[in-house]
Amino acid sequence: MEEAFQLALDSAPFLLKGAYYTVILSLGGMFFGLVIGFGLALMRLSRFKLVSWIARIYVSFFRGTPLLVQLFVIYYGLPQLGLELDPLPAALIGFSLNMAAYACEILRAAIGSIDRGQWEAAASIGMSRAQTLRRAILPQAARTALPPLGNSFISLVKDTALAATIQVPELFRQAQLITARTFEIFTMYLAAALIYWVLASVLAHLQNRLEARVNRHDEEPRR
Amino acid sequence: MIRVQRLSKQFNGQTVLKDIDLTVAPGEVIAIIGPSGSGKTTFLRCLNLLETPDSGMIQVGDIQIDAGKPLSQQSGLIRRLRQQVGFVFQNFNLFPHRTALENVIEGPVVVKKTPPQQAAELGRKLLAKVGLAGKEDSYPRRLSGGQQQRVAIARALAMEPQVILFDEPTSALDPELVGEVLSTIRGLAEEKRTMIIVTHEMNFARDVANRVIFFDKGVIVEQGEAKALFANPQHERTRQFLGKILGRDGQA
Repeated sequence: MEEAFQLALDSAPFLLKGAYYTVILSLGGMFFGLVIGFGLALMRLSRFKLVSWIARIYVSFFRGTPLLVQLFVIYYGLPQLGLELDPLPAALIGFSLNMAAYACEILRAAIGSIDRGQWEAAASIGMSRAQTLRRAILPQAARTALPPLGNSFISLVKDTALAATIQVPELFRQAQLITARTFEIFTMYLAAALIYWVLASVLAHLQNRLEARVNRHDEEPRR
Repeated sequence: MIRVQRLSKQFNGQTVLKDIDLTVAPGEVIAIIGPSGSGKTTFLRCLNLLETPDSGMIQVGDIQIDAGKPLSQQSGLIRRLRQQVGFVFQNFNLFPHRTALENVIEGPVVVKKTPPQQAAELGRKLLAKVGLAGKEDSYPRRLSGGQQQRVAIARALAMEPQVILFDEPTSALDPELVGEVLSTIRGLAEEKRTMIIVTHEMNFARDVANRVIFFDKGVIVEQGEAKALFANPQHERTRQFLGKILGRDGQA
């Protein structure tokens, strides 16, 4: 037991370095996924059929194929087309594009759930479509979107382990490397699991705080 | 100041509005009455292009929209028109994530770029005017329907529009809350604000409106000075409608 503890302590710098990459991949995937996903959601809501269809096909593809396969296509496949990417950018692109598909559907549904009267009220005081989205629709849609977005983000944190398969020295990969050296399989993987758990818990906590914030106009007692 | 010419709209091959002409003078209060499905609400919503007419012309002040042309090409003009045309909805449609004051100043701040402080001052004044001083920081959820509708009226007023359109402003209210909203609108009429009110409140229409318009099946069947129209309707359909609503003896 003491040995295991010592080992965990010795490996801590490696695991933390891995966790650093995990956090980078997670935050990057969330950020770019959300940005691209928002663009896609706007495309989905477009009046132009073609624009809406492009977004629809994108979502269908990225939700309908395994993330692992997407990562392999980007990292191992694209070089054949002359596009060689380092592991980290390749993984970041993969996670972002994949997250974007989920974010698109979540945002589209959330925006669609807002009562038509809100659009009309904003229009009736002369607001443009963009102003209406920003001032009236998105703040309300955020309430609806936050719980499923939080779920997707937490999934992403765990899915970043897949980046180990394309040479990104993230948490799981570090655990693998240490295991290969020390044969302390149980301790190492458990330590990695605990770190994932901590990261996911931090995220869940932030999600709760944010939800409370966007719901604040609901908190006052009803009449 | 407001001129509507040959406004028409079809919906799924059915004529909802047929060649409606209407001119409204400054300071005039018009009540539009008629059976449900008569097109009166659609007409009102067409006036600020919440509903898309098929053809016709809408003019408010110096802003003119030709509904025969694609509206997407006139979107800038439509936004300008909407700033001149206040709209009060049946279901209030307040922004639930904003306080009463924030609801009222949203238009001035975001659309007219009024400095927030100046807008807030105006907003407070307007909330006081509709009898809601002290409710500035309340979220809509905490307000009664009547209070919400009065915030909505203040929101429309905040844009300083040339005309305010009311779409059945008391239809979604509990009966005991109708009075407070009607008296707010009555107050605006006394200030000689130009208003067009779609309503089922016949007493109110008769007392407050200068002119009453009776809609049925997408056309204006009859219009005239409010008291005269109620006392002595000229058309059979108007008589039937009023008879049904007001009871057999014709007393409101």
